[in-house]
Amino acid sequence: MRAGNTAGDNVFIGLTTALLVMIGILVLYPLVYVLSASFSSPEALMAARVTLWPVEVTLDGYRAVFSTNRILMGYSYTLLYMAVGTVIGVVMNLVAAYPLSRPDFKGRNAIMALFAFTMFFSGGMIPGYLLIRDLRIMNTMWALTLPGAVNVWNIIVIRTFYQTNISIELLEAAQIDGCGNRYFFIRCVLPLSGAIIAVMGLFTAVGYWNSYMSALLYLNDSSRYPLQLVLREILIQNTQSTVNSFLADAAEQDRRVKMEFLLKYGIIVVSSAPVLTLYPLAQRHFVKGVMIGSLKG
Amino acid sequence: MRMVTRAATPAARRNAALLSAKKELVKNWDLYLFMLVPICFVVVFNYGPMYGAQIAFKKFMISKGILGSPWVGLTNFQRFFKTYTSLNAVRNTIIISLYSLAAGFPIPILLALALSHSPFPRFKKIIQMITYAPYFISVVVMCGMIIQFLKPRTGVVNILLGLIGVESVNFMAEPTWFTSIYVWTGVWQGMGWGSIIYLAALSGVSPELHESAVIDGASILQRMRHIDLPGIAPVISIQLILSAGGMLNVGFEKVYLLQNSINVNYSEVIQSLVYKIGLKSSGTPDFSYATAVGLMTSAANLVILLTTNTVLKKMNQQTLI
Repeated sequence: MRAGNTAGDNVFIGLTTALLVMIGILVLYPLVYVLSASFSSPEALMAARVTLWPVEVTLDGYRAVFSTNRILMGYSYTLLYMAVGTVIGVVMNLVAAYPLSRPDFKGRNAIMALFAFTMFFSGGMIPGYLLIRDLRIMNTMWALTLPGAVNVWNIIVIRTFYQTNISIELLEAAQIDGCGNRYFFIRCVLPLSGAIIAVMGLFTAVGYWNSYMSALLYLNDSSRYPLQLVLREILIQNTQSTVNSFLADAAEQDRRVKMEFLLKYGIIVVSSAPVLTLYPLAQRHFVKGVMIGSLKG
Repeated sequence: MRMVTRAATPAARRNAALLSAKKELVKNWDLYLFMLVPICFVVVFNYGPMYGAQIAFKKFMISKGILGSPWVGLTNFQRFFKTYTSLNAVRNTIIISLYSLAAGFPIPILLALALSHSPFPRFKKIIQMITYAPYFISVVVMCGMIIQFLKPRTGVVNILLGLIGVESVNFMAEPTWFTSIYVWTGVWQGMGWGSIIYLAALSGVSPELHESAVIDGASILQRMRHIDLPGIAPVISIQLILSAGGMLNVGFEKVYLLQNSINVNYSEVIQSLVYKIGLKSSGTPDFSYATAVGLMTSAANLVILLTTNTVLKKMNQQTLI
């Protein structure tokens, strides 16, 4: 205990610790449950016998998940959209943020105002849809990756990072050596941007990983659906043709209903495990991103 | 001599300013080149739809395009205020967003306060890692989990309720449950992540203040109240403005996924209505009406944001504008 804590403080700390433990359990339990359920037998699930640990351990659920390539196809399209979108987004926001961080860049307030206004006002879903249609990029990956490429919030975060991390002295020294803006950006600014590129890349990538709305709006060809839309068909809409494609083996109706329940837990695990297991490794970067963002709201 | 210089000043100054501006332009021409593509993107993808939003005041016909369609004035807006479904959507939107704000706004602050005073660093780290995790679950999976968990009899919530002797409830088929399900699952998913920003702000509160307060015999609770809260007030204020500004956009993605034919009376929000009228309708989609509804939402959001900003400014808090 910290010196100077009163008896009342110790009680208080005891209470908040108990509360934090409870919150931890409340958050963790559903995650553990999904994992356990995905390894349990469909019969145990339907008989409501799974409460914490797997019952009658089986891999049937995972066999069903990988019995067709729908999930893998979804994964590969998501990775494609994610990779393209993240690269475009990060490059775009870096080159936009650097000039805006320079005090000697004339007109930066006007440009910033032009950008910032879009954070608080938008034309809306339908005009956005009509625009994508008129640009003739409907049903292509550009419809998913280009409209959100310039992210004003990220630009503000990167700009703040540059303002605090790239000193004027460095620029002046470079300019005395006859180094122009382009070379300064490529040779000096970019090498110092590792941390912010990591942060922005992670945020953008997770954003693409999770999003389904723009794909729902702009893709009509279900063979190009990203993972989240495939998941939607199975988990939310219960589209029978899709569900059945996973359960071709389970012939009789009764077995099928049970397997469907198990399949969903398996699918939840398979689709969330990569991000959930990787995020603790990158937690430091995510937290840093939120913190730089909070410096200048 | 002095007189002459002074007389020449305005013109000379203007010239000098123009010259220096020109010099800046020439010197930094490549910085403008940097900005070119991002500016084009913003103009096309953000301001483009704003231009297209004029169809809210028109009777949009695909064959005639945005410019060629005839003006109809405020007809589309009037229609909105005359239909039951849209007024009901406004009502649901306000209820859901106020409920979300009331539950989802203070909890991350309290969590951050509790964590920051925890004397066990390892325990603190573990709780942080656990509570951040749900943020990385996608909306679709989250809603899939909610639906699985709330199934009557076989869902884990009902299994646990059964253990303490409560009858199984078919939550998703009871429309009145919708709002609470939406809000509390949102708290579950977002509280840890939301607390990061407050933890960062709390780490910026000067430790000397705490030390001298301890010497004066202040309890932890008193220090939270009189040192921590005032210390993070600017961040709280900014966060409040930002969440107020997005109020009418209530997590449409999640609402849409949790919506079913039974709860639609409670779950239809403005954005889901726009989607249905504009893009999902079985007949001819009414682009103009849907755009009008969307435009009103955007405008109302802006007004709410500015109002919150003004109120907080009057209260001498840190504000956005």
